[in-house]
Amino acid sequence: MKANYGYMDGSGEFFITIDTDLCLECTDHSCVDACPVSMFEIIVDDYDDEVAAIKEEHRKKLKYDCAPCKPVSDRPPLPCVVACTPGAVAHSW
Amino acid sequence: MSENTKEFWRWKEYNWHDERVDPKDAETISAGVDVGSVSSQAVVMIDGKLYAYSNMRTGSDSPDSARKAMSWALENTGLALDDIHYTVGTGYGRVNVPFANRAITEIACHARGGNLMYGSTVRTILDMGGQDCKAIHCDEKGKVTNFLMNDKCAAGTGRGMEVFADLLAVSIEEVGELSLDVDEEPPPVSSTCVVFAKSEASSLLREGWSKKRVLAAYCSAMAHRVVSLLERIGVEKDFAITGGIAKNSGVVTRLERELNLISLKSKYDTQVAGALGAALFAKTLVEKQRKKVAQ
Repeated sequence: MKANYGYMDGSGEFFITIDTDLCLECTDHSCVDACPVSMFEIIVDDYDDEVAAIKEEHRKKLKYDCAPCKPVSDRPPLPCVVACTPGAVAHSW
Repeated sequence: MSENTKEFWRWKEYNWHDERVDPKDAETISAGVDVGSVSSQAVVMIDGKLYAYSNMRTGSDSPDSARKAMSWALENTGLALDDIHYTVGTGYGRVNVPFANRAITEIACHARGGNLMYGSTVRTILDMGGQDCKAIHCDEKGKVTNFLMNDKCAAGTGRGMEVFADLLAVSIEEVGELSLDVDEEPPPVSSTCVVFAKSEASSLLREGWSKKRVLAAYCSAMAHRVVSLLERIGVEKDFAITGGIAKNSGVVTRLERELNLISLKSKYDTQVAGALGAALFAKTLVEKQRKKVAQ
């Protein structure tokens, strides 16, 4: 399942996509520690799978919470994307 | 009630049960309660078949809304809450359903309910709820494969439509048909925000636009707004719409026009899709539980 967390508003579309089929393969869940604002958590989803998700309190302000990892210039690779070894995490912006 | 105090946004609340079925013969009685931001539904299923449901406005207290919806669904059925083997709570207030055995997200429940309502060929479900809008892809079993939800903004939601019904003093149930009764499709109003759209509509009325034309412009904006959400995950055939806005022909027609495809229609009430899915989950979960006990 591709779980899209985030929102779209007048300023654009801000979604973090977690491919839970790929996420299921992972055992270390290093995305949880990699995010400097700790927006990732491990949950048991509706189908009883243990997968990563974005915490509720961050879902409506991703644009701002992710901003420190997305400087205007010299943008380094995103820590959550790098930490996710199965390649399950993607950002829409 | 005078024209000034009439609540144009107020839609009809109702309950129903199948009088041909005797619940005493039931092996499994499962239930789903969907406590949404605007409306609450309770569905009771007997051996996997729809038996009773209710659809009412959500009050300020989620547990109370859940209790009221369930007791209204059970009215005149001879069943009591204790007769139900398993209940799943869903929707915005899912964790506040006091008698639920488990809470499951409305995304999974709409996919499951949509699968029953529209058949196993449905692949894209658009749930146009009271306060949010969800685009869901599912497989032939009604399992979610992709989803996208927008709950940050009221544009493209039932609440936005209620605001417009009140502004224009038109019953919410007539909005769709009236919006289609225009000679020429007007340009859509602001599609990014209900507050901006409302003030834009007031200006258009002052300019001399008819109510029908303003409604057409708003329905068109709402359809456009939702199409952009759908485009993010893509629309796979077959396509269906659930939620209260699915009853608004003005939005549905314009959505179908923009997407260039016809949505599936169902004999079920589109507003109970979430509670229906929750009741189906409840049936599966109680059967799983029984198997475990038997082992």
